[in-house]
Amino acid sequence: MTAEEWEDFRKGHPKAASLKTVPLPFPELCATLFDGNAATGNPSQCLKLQHSAVIRIQTSRTLEEPKEDNMAKFSIATVFIASISLLLTLTHSFSLENPTDRRILVLVDDLALKSSHSIFFSSLQARGFELDFKLSDDPKIALQRYGQHLYDGLILFSPSTERFGGSLDVAAILDFVDSGKDLIVAADANASDLIRNIAAECGIDFDEDPSAVVIDHGSYAVSETEGDHTLIAADDFIQSDVLLGSTKIEAPVLFKGIGHSLNPANSLVLKVLSGSPSAYSANPKSKLSSPPSLSGSSISLVSVVQARNNARIVFSGSLDLFSNKFFKSTVQKAGSSHKFAKSGNQQFATEISKWVFHERGHLKAVNVRHHRVGETDEPAIYRINDDLEYLVEIYEWSGSNWEPYVANDVQVQFYMMSPYVLKTMSNNKKGLYLASFKVPDVYGVFQFKVEYQRLGYTSLSLAKQIPVRPFRHNEYERFIPTAFPYYGASFSTMAGFLIFSFVYLYSK
Amino acid sequence: MKALIDSEISRAHTKPHIRGFRRPLMAVPVDGIIKQSTPSSSLRFAFGNVLAFFILLLIGVLAFSIRLFSVIKYESVIHEFDPYFNYRVTQFLTKNGIYDFWNWFDDRTWYPLGRVIGGTVYPGLTLTAGTIWKVLHSLNIPLSVETVCVFTAPVFSAFAAWAAYLLTKEVKGTGAGLTAAVLLAMVPSYISRSVAGSYDNEAVAIFALIFTFYLYIKTLNTGSLFYATLNSISYFYMVCSWGGYTFIINLIPMHVLLCIVTGRYSSRLYIAYAPLVVLGTLLAALVPVVGFNAVMTSEHFASFLVFIVIHVVALAYYIKGMLSPKMFKVAATLVISVGLVVCIGVVAVLVAVVASSPTKGWSGRSLSLLDPTYASKYIPIIASVSEHQPPTWPSYFMDINVLAFLVPAGIIACFSPLSDASSFVILYLVMSVYFSGVMVRLMLVFAPAACIMSGIALSEAFDVCTRSIKYYISKLSESLQTDAGDIVPGNNTSPQSDVIKTDKKDDLLKERPSRKNKKKEKENIEKPSVKSKTEKRPLVLPVEASIFALFLIILLAAFYVIHSVWAAAEAYSAPSIVLTSHSHDGLHVFDDFREAYAWLSHNTEVDDKVASWWDYGYQTTAMANRTVIVDNNTWNNTHIATVGTAMSSPEKDAWQIFNSLDVKYVLVVFGGLVGYPSDDINKFLWMVRIGGGVFPHIKEPDYLRDGQYRIDSQATPTMLNSLMYKLSYFRFVETDGGKGYDRVRRTEIGKKYFKLTHFEEVFTTHHWMVRIYKLKPQRNRIRGKTKKSKSKTTSATPRSGTTKRNPWH
Repeated sequence: MTAEEWEDFRKGHPKAASLKTVPLPFPELCATLFDGNAATGNPSQCLKLQHSAVIRIQTSRTLEEPKEDNMAKFSIATVFIASISLLLTLTHSFSLENPTDRRILVLVDDLALKSSHSIFFSSLQARGFELDFKLSDDPKIALQRYGQHLYDGLILFSPSTERFGGSLDVAAILDFVDSGKDLIVAADANASDLIRNIAAECGIDFDEDPSAVVIDHGSYAVSETEGDHTLIAADDFIQSDVLLGSTKIEAPVLFKGIGHSLNPANSLVLKVLSGSPSAYSANPKSKLSSPPSLSGSSISLVSVVQARNNARIVFSGSLDLFSNKFFKSTVQKAGSSHKFAKSGNQQFATEISKWVFHERGHLKAVNVRHHRVGETDEPAIYRINDDLEYLVEIYEWSGSNWEPYVANDVQVQFYMMSPYVLKTMSNNKKGLYLASFKVPDVYGVFQFKVEYQRLGYTSLSLAKQIPVRPFRHNEYERFIPTAFPYYGASFSTMAGFLIFSFVYLYSK
Repeated sequence: MKALIDSEISRAHTKPHIRGFRRPLMAVPVDGIIKQSTPSSSLRFAFGNVLAFFILLLIGVLAFSIRLFSVIKYESVIHEFDPYFNYRVTQFLTKNGIYDFWNWFDDRTWYPLGRVIGGTVYPGLTLTAGTIWKVLHSLNIPLSVETVCVFTAPVFSAFAAWAAYLLTKEVKGTGAGLTAAVLLAMVPSYISRSVAGSYDNEAVAIFALIFTFYLYIKTLNTGSLFYATLNSISYFYMVCSWGGYTFIINLIPMHVLLCIVTGRYSSRLYIAYAPLVVLGTLLAALVPVVGFNAVMTSEHFASFLVFIVIHVVALAYYIKGMLSPKMFKVAATLVISVGLVVCIGVVAVLVAVVASSPTKGWSGRSLSLLDPTYASKYIPIIASVSEHQPPTWPSYFMDINVLAFLVPAGIIACFSPLSDASSFVILYLVMSVYFSGVMVRLMLVFAPAACIMSGIALSEAFDVCTRSIKYYISKLSESLQTDAGDIVPGNNTSPQSDVIKTDKKDDLLKERPSRKNKKKEKENIEKPSVKSKTEKRPLVLPVEASIFALFLIILLAAFYVIHSVWAAAEAYSAPSIVLTSHSHDGLHVFDDFREAYAWLSHNTEVDDKVASWWDYGYQTTAMANRTVIVDNNTWNNTHIATVGTAMSSPEKDAWQIFNSLDVKYVLVVFGGLVGYPSDDINKFLWMVRIGGGVFPHIKEPDYLRDGQYRIDSQATPTMLNSLMYKLSYFRFVETDGGKGYDRVRRTEIGKKYFKLTHFEEVFTTHHWMVRIYKLKPQRNRIRGKTKKSKSKTTSATPRSGTTKRNPWH
């Protein structure tokens, strides 16, 4: 835990300040009590555990003083306090301190999927995720209990499920997303209405024909048997390092499943993997009688959604894309002589899962402050024509810690119904962004606004209200040079009147 | 000052050739001589003065206590809309001091524009109450600011009554003064604006108005520079207090012009007027809200024009005194011809300057005074205010009652004899009658004039009747004396001498101004006053008639008192934030406004913005302490039009407008459930008009079916889809089991079952009078296009089931 993180944590938890250097009195007791939780290896969580443990032990000390017959009560109290602290740590595990998800529910049609897609799952587990596998019709499925979410992420690898078990339904999943949790949905040929509904609610329109799959006679994956060209070698990726990592995916991704389309007006969805111009969506078994409803590069094979609350969703038209078989298989794109030893699927799936579970592309803005040039305190009100500085620190989550975010396109607006000032902020490469400008000659209630929306990154939307007042009565210049003729005129008139009165009254 | 006058007098004796100018200053010593010349009646004077003093004291008590009905019947609260703003400003003043008040930039109103309160508010009332509060605190009387504010208006109405006494006394003597003061103390029109809790500018401004007039008349009668200076200061206080000061600065020049035209120019007139213009304009320019308006706007031009005229006239009189009549004639023709040319030139320049500005240099409110149809034609925001409408005839009877019949008699009384002072009162009356006919609010300016006139009339009538009776009694006793001569002489001489003495005293009082005129001016005035004296003698009515007339007058006065007390108790005491209604099962209190504001202040964030029609802006900032978009200070028409447009738009457009203004909550006032008629649906057409004035896509005919405003099933779809309709009638049908009967419009509403997509109801008060809605946040996800229909059909069946299961059925 870095000193900086500790500072951040201390701000939120003032009581913890004194605890940083206090050693745990009973480390072995803590270890046994909080064994399960400490295993996740989340440093900040561990600190919270220490915190609660210290409280518990202090309590027990005060309770130890009374006589022996209080022992029963004491033990009950201990258990109670321990359970409360456990609950607290559970609810705090997804916080701004660590945006990466930790506990993920995986719903599958068939538990065999656990082994057939094991490479993908184990890569997740290796990155520190707790996976909880459940059958999709398991009656005990619940996403939340007592108003608290039990999971941070959900993987729906159950394309054919018509009804979930337990309390889970479309509304519950959408509610899960609307509370900021993440979701991976994989559909497949003959995907159920349930999956299609979830997709439609998020702006993904799967081909309405239930039997249609994506066919591509142009860029199919070459295999031993001449098939119906439904196994596609797709390499039309979105150009984004944030979404797909900085290393380029060389090999095409094998895809076998259904396609979907996006509403171009929808700014929240993105095509990550789109079909080639020769792709179309139709039933491979029947003859094509009418033009396919989806065709060409408007077909999206894999799409991502970033909701307005920064919840992230991946929709894939193919479940097999994540399978061990596709991960390991060789791939040769039709018309290309180069044969890749390994398909791009594993890299693609890993990178996209890193994105969706907020291991990448998650920004936070902290220490938003502003002050007059030459001062450090934040004023409650500015005056027109003041010179001011606006500072904000922006960090990006790298998966393990917050690193300074460096970009040259972060802009701040000084906004009152329309931006009066729009300025690109300079940064010091350590995450500190600064803009200094003059307050416009207009008074009113302004806002400092930073609206930073970049492909793949979480959107930053900062607004801070600040009033701007006109000059006070004594802040104007007392004597204006241009008005000297007027001063002269008035004073000479006064003097003249005095002399005139004197002469008039006292001359005979 | 005194020394100055004395030296002036001494110089006046040494310099006879400037007599014309210096003489009036002798008025003070002359006055003293008159008083000393009648030593026999000094005891009587003393007795009369003491009596008058106690009467005035009682008048003050009456004026104060008749305005306490609101506190007794309701509670000690601030009333209505504007007083809440004044109250808030006063709180700020007492907390932060005068300099912060002066420089106060308020960021909680007119979001996001803000308002410079210090520069846009008439500070008189606030400073007055703040000073009172401070003085009381320094005396260790710990009254709250609210209490001080509540009782400022009654206190100042007592002052106003006393000022009316002084003014009328200057015009027609003590008797008329006392009568006028009594009448003013309880004139319903004034009560309506100055009951306890009605903490508005008018409360102190009427006092300032009358007092300024008094000082003007006093200066005119005495020719004293001391009073002229006081007059300027009083005018300054008036400028501080109320925008109605333009009435003074136009009326007084008009009177001066009248005096000049009728050949009543005197140096007293000059002293009464010239310092007022110079000092008054300088002082007025010190008030931030007036500033350069004091010399820039057309409202003030009349005073400057007359200022020039009076100087020309003064010069003419001066030259006339120097030259021989023949020379003067030559000079006059010369000057007049040159002066005419200059005048034409100046007028042409003025006209050109004024015509170059679009509103001809007049503010909208003043223009609507000159042309009563102006506002309704061009400025809906002025026309939309009910107190800016022309009054109806019954409102005259309601507001001034029997005074309406006494005023003509007063005018006649003022003409006998016509002095400078009485001509001023007549002019004041005539002008205020006109203005009150244009705007109901200016009834308030008319009321003091009516009281003064009626006071004069009543007093004269009393005078005549009692004199006749006394004359009859004295005659009777005389005849008794001759019949039975052995009655003690001391006993019956006293009433006789009484009569004579009172007559003398009355004459003295009456004639004092005219006698002064006589002294100061030339003989031409002397003749009519002598004539009036001779005319007055024979005016003795038969005793039966005068007793009967006396009885009728007392009856009339009694009616007036009864009406006034009724008006004070019943009509004008309701604080309008708490409403009551009497029904067969007792008294109902509707305290919904405060309920709603309390909800806002307890359940919303401090920086949340609340949008409502501007009527409720002041109350929201003062009572709920939340930022509002528009308020009762209607300085920015576009901003109000934006809110009006939002209210008249469909839900989605309205959401966008409100969201762009960072609005979190929308507050509407709805009276349909309890029958409260001044709700937002009744004001809605004004929102449409004001909105449409700036944003032409809002068209009034879209909201009217065949020119009729209706909300029933015949209403236009635009009306039924407007935000105001939806927010007012959302879930309304639940209240009476499916009928949706609106008790204000007396009809069933047009669209009963609907849902809100962009707003959610968060609070509705007990009687549904205030409804508060919250803007829904933007959707977290954007739905797909093609699957929408399909997903709807799959989920539509249960959904429609839920709508049917709603409690509406």
